[in-house]
Amino acid sequence: MKSKHLNNCGNWFLDRFPMSKLWNEHMAQYYAPKNFNFWYFFGSLALLVLVNQFITGILLTMNYKPDAGLAFDSVEYIMREVPWGWLVRYMHSTGASAFFIVVYLHMFRGLIYGSYKQPRELIWIFGMLIFLALMAEAFMGYLLPWGQMSYWGAQVIISLFSAIPIIGDDLSLWVRGDYVISDATLNRFFAFHVIAIPLILIMLVFLHIIALHEVGSNNPDGIEIKDSKDPWGHPVDGIPFHPYYTVKDIVGVAVFLFFFATVIFYMPELGGYFLEHANFIPADPLATPEHIAPVWYFTPFYAILRAIPDKFAGVIAMGGAIVVLFLLPWLDRSPVRSIRYRGGIYKKALFLFVISFLGLGYLGMQAPTANATIMARVCTAIYFAFFLLMPIYTRWEKTKPLPKRVTEQPTIEERIPAIKDAFAAMTHEVPTQEHGETVMHTRPNPSGIADAGKSLAKKLKGSLD
Amino acid sequence: MSEQGVDNSKRQFLTTALTVVGAVGTGYIAVPFLSQMQPSTKAKAAGAPVEIDIRKIEPGQLIRAAWRGKPVWVLSRTPDVLEILASDTAKLADPNSLESNQPASSQNEFRSIKPEIFIAVGLCTHLGCSPTFRPEIAPNDLGPEWNGGFFCPCHGSGFDLAGRVVRGVPAPTNLDVPPHRYVTDTRIIIGEDTGEASA
Repeated sequence: MKSKHLNNCGNWFLDRFPMSKLWNEHMAQYYAPKNFNFWYFFGSLALLVLVNQFITGILLTMNYKPDAGLAFDSVEYIMREVPWGWLVRYMHSTGASAFFIVVYLHMFRGLIYGSYKQPRELIWIFGMLIFLALMAEAFMGYLLPWGQMSYWGAQVIISLFSAIPIIGDDLSLWVRGDYVISDATLNRFFAFHVIAIPLILIMLVFLHIIALHEVGSNNPDGIEIKDSKDPWGHPVDGIPFHPYYTVKDIVGVAVFLFFFATVIFYMPELGGYFLEHANFIPADPLATPEHIAPVWYFTPFYAILRAIPDKFAGVIAMGGAIVVLFLLPWLDRSPVRSIRYRGGIYKKALFLFVISFLGLGYLGMQAPTANATIMARVCTAIYFAFFLLMPIYTRWEKTKPLPKRVTEQPTIEERIPAIKDAFAAMTHEVPTQEHGETVMHTRPNPSGIADAGKSLAKKLKGSLD
Repeated sequence: MSEQGVDNSKRQFLTTALTVVGAVGTGYIAVPFLSQMQPSTKAKAAGAPVEIDIRKIEPGQLIRAAWRGKPVWVLSRTPDVLEILASDTAKLADPNSLESNQPASSQNEFRSIKPEIFIAVGLCTHLGCSPTFRPEIAPNDLGPEWNGGFFCPCHGSGFDLAGRVVRGVPAPTNLDVPPHRYVTDTRIIIGEDTGEASA
């Protein structure tokens, strides 16, 4: 009797709202390629971190005061006197860094499997806009604690606008709302950080997912699963997102939360990388800290800015480093998507690009010495060469033939014998005397490890061709 | 649908007219919305001049004051420093301060009204960090070329002790010298110019 009433209520609702249609289109009958690997966790993880930022952010605004005279103390108040305030604050600050880790890995996935290529250009563009909004969100959020790094970081970034000829000075004045970073700046950054940018982010995430579900997901083989369908019209190499990938993503979430919680509880500042030491000193407009650097996720772009010995050109280069990412779908001329079937040139170029990006990230944290500047210039050149020469080298390279269907990768169970063999090759039995008896112990075998290293290096070199 | 049919040109006219009126309306409302982010009257009024007493400054000493929320430096320069400033100009990007901001009374070799007292806004002209005061000659970290000056920790711009920028660094111009005047020999007003006297 009761369940019948419930059913009637359900039907009443379903007659008026396309709930089951939406559910089927985006979950139960959204067919995703069955060969997703490790790299495909980061999209849903980004969504998880977004939710984390929203919930903890809302809680933080309940005690935070966006006022130059009160902001620093209100953050300390949250940390010391609000019940569980420290946890919420650390979840939010660690979440910011986690967001960028997840998003950078998500973007790298796109890079290696060609997920930005036709017909997925719009997904990439929306994704890049999300990245841009995320940078604005993180930058404005970093001013709110009103520490030394907050203050001087904002001073430097807002001054970037003043490098624009003619309108620059007025523009930076308009952004700040004062002649220096002040209470007016803090208050408006708070408004942007908690209202404007989050709304934009939500909208962009919606567009990103809608665009993805229109064309379907790419996969590690970079071929279209829609090309081979079963008699019912479903891709043979596709599986419904729910329950297959929802359940798989839960495993990813568990692993992610393990690392996330470790940082929150044991190293919330991560040695000054997630929360910089100078930010525990209240903002002082009269003295810049001895060494200032942005938070780690901005350092690659910051290093590019510093590498150019001219104010305006530096700002242009930094902006260009992001603009060029937007153009990626049209710079890449290769007929194949996935790195598995690309030629050696792209693999080597990508390898150099990753090195230069990490190098720039490191150099952006270091003091600007003469040597560091030269290295940053080299890395900047590689960064831009990777993108700007792409139309040339992707056309040159010899690609491998594409498979008709997605390829099967060995499962973990199938890999166990090989892992056992490798372990045996790297260890040997050593007899030792214990209590007068000879006991055999398994100990690492230096020559075996060296051999394994050599064959790994050979394999790596081989895979670059 | 009426019997007279559809007058498409009338529809087109109405659509265009409505679009134009809407655009004008949007433009009108954009002005207050965007202007409201400009500095408020209060922020503009906060730029009042400040007075600095330099009676206690010692030779070689730098004192800091705040004017319009910005750091202002007052540096007492020794004759040795002035000698270096006069001779060591080959490395400078704008030794005569032609491209830089300073009141006319300070547009000279030492960029000050009195050679021994140097006054500047302590913000790098690159991206607004406050450079550190490094008066020592040839320290380890800044190299043998360093003859004393200001070094910006953010992006490595160097300035000499007259706030003049060295070549090949990101900062485009010399440090700004704020308008200032001497009330007496030891009292300086920052934010007011000497006026016609030096013009």
